[in-house]
Amino acid sequence: MTTIDTARLVAMFAAIATAMSADRDRLCALDGVIGDADHGIAMELGFSAARDAVAALDTEATDPTTLLNTAAKSFLNAVGASSGPLYATAFMRAAAAVKGKTTLDDADVVTLFQAMAKGIQDRGKAEPGEKTMIDAWAPAAQAAGEALTSGKDLAGSLEAAAQAANAGAEATKSMVATKGRASRLGERSLGHMDPGAASAVTVIEAMRVALTT
Amino acid sequence: MQTKKIINDGNRAVDEMLEGILAAHPRHLKSVDGSPRSIIARDGPRQGKVGLVIGGGSGHEPSFLGFVGKGLADAAAIGNVFASPPPDPILECAKAVSGGAGVLFMYGNYAGDVMNFDMAAEMAAMDDIEVRTVLSTDDVASAPRDQRHKRRGVAGNFFIFKAAGAACDRMLSFDECERVAGKANDHTFTMGVALSPCSLPQTRRPNFEIGPDEMEIGMGIHGEPGIAREKLKTADEITDEMLDRILDEMAPARGDKVAVLVNSLGSTPLMELYIMNRRVKQRLDEIGVSIHASWVGNYCTSLEMAGASITLHRLDGELQTMLDHPCDCAMFRAG
Repeated sequence: MTTIDTARLVAMFAAIATAMSADRDRLCALDGVIGDADHGIAMELGFSAARDAVAALDTEATDPTTLLNTAAKSFLNAVGASSGPLYATAFMRAAAAVKGKTTLDDADVVTLFQAMAKGIQDRGKAEPGEKTMIDAWAPAAQAAGEALTSGKDLAGSLEAAAQAANAGAEATKSMVATKGRASRLGERSLGHMDPGAASAVTVIEAMRVALTT
Repeated sequence: MQTKKIINDGNRAVDEMLEGILAAHPRHLKSVDGSPRSIIARDGPRQGKVGLVIGGGSGHEPSFLGFVGKGLADAAAIGNVFASPPPDPILECAKAVSGGAGVLFMYGNYAGDVMNFDMAAEMAAMDDIEVRTVLSTDDVASAPRDQRHKRRGVAGNFFIFKAAGAACDRMLSFDECERVAGKANDHTFTMGVALSPCSLPQTRRPNFEIGPDEMEIGMGIHGEPGIAREKLKTADEITDEMLDRILDEMAPARGDKVAVLVNSLGSTPLMELYIMNRRVKQRLDEIGVSIHASWVGNYCTSLEMAGASITLHRLDGELQTMLDHPCDCAMFRAG
């Protein structure tokens, strides 16, 4: 059983920000094919802002809920765009899901993770199959829940989530976009991975590594 | 290879631009204290008037803040390059311009803008400011005719915001301002063509690839792919191709009146815009449609993209009154 405290969550945001900076140009290039080529910039900017905001908190005096709300607000105000409301809602829902807890056990983290996916889906009103980030987030959340129920620990559950996210992102290549900016492309979006799904894989993988290794 | 730009720091480009704009237009514009991305008109917002807040990503200058001023928009919320502003600066705009008669949010129809402006509207409601939203959907190329509500808002914002701003300035009711704004959108049709890409200040890489002898009909103002990739043609042929689609939808009758906007996407010069405008005039003359007013120049750009858009705004008595209503903005004056 892993115990995740506020300091570990601060480290998680630092890890996501680092991963996003490394991935920025690939995400911009993916977005350039079917969108407006700024997705990597927005994601790097948002997670850098979240990293800096949570790093400034006093971890001793901050619970996970406050930390996640701080991350949400700083991400949103740095970015706007589409990813701002989507990830801000994800972290606000995550904050609500672990309200009252000072540390998080395996089940809490999976609940937090599932709340993020639900938040993104509710805010963006996308369903799986519409070639958006939800095609990575929804199967990842489901896989994490199933793995935990089947007796896996947090590492096993997030491993399942990361694999499902990756498979989901790959599957967007054969989807026609019907939501978001790429939806105006119709069939021309075929064959290209959705940049939002691609960045979701990066976020989820960074969370996995930061929380379980 | 990085593109060439006159910038200091790509991440500071928007804020440094805003400093320069406020320095150039102190008579028209100011920012809200503590919210530098909320730009409001020095003259315009007043008690009893419906407030008009526009906004969107940067990189389209003079859209959107150039149209802030007396008789047009009361405020603009400024986002990062090609990215919607977050809810906070939008909310600050709404608070700054609210005169107790309601606040209208108007912006182009993009998923990100809709989410952020809707969140701001929910926050404004908690401050007892009633917000209504009218999206612009003038880009003919961006969705089929029967899905007009899915289309993007592009350069036609100019006419749509102008009509709404006039309605607000003439102290019409909230219902009437909303109705006029929606009608102006329904009467506005835009088609664009792109010849070469733009590059974001943060990446300084071209945001799409296009051959040296190619053009893309219907490309969006953020480089979103359009309807067709074709060999570059003559100005008359390009103008005809764009106008054919607009006129097919607008279906004007002989004797109808329109306003025309021929807009540069950034680096296409006035010479080429006026060559296109010449053809627009010829074509409208042929079908007996008269031009009430024309604007030719940079109104809704896409950084340094090469290309242009043509917008026709079909007028009736009411929309003509709104178009002719005087306005005095930082980067646009009329009447």
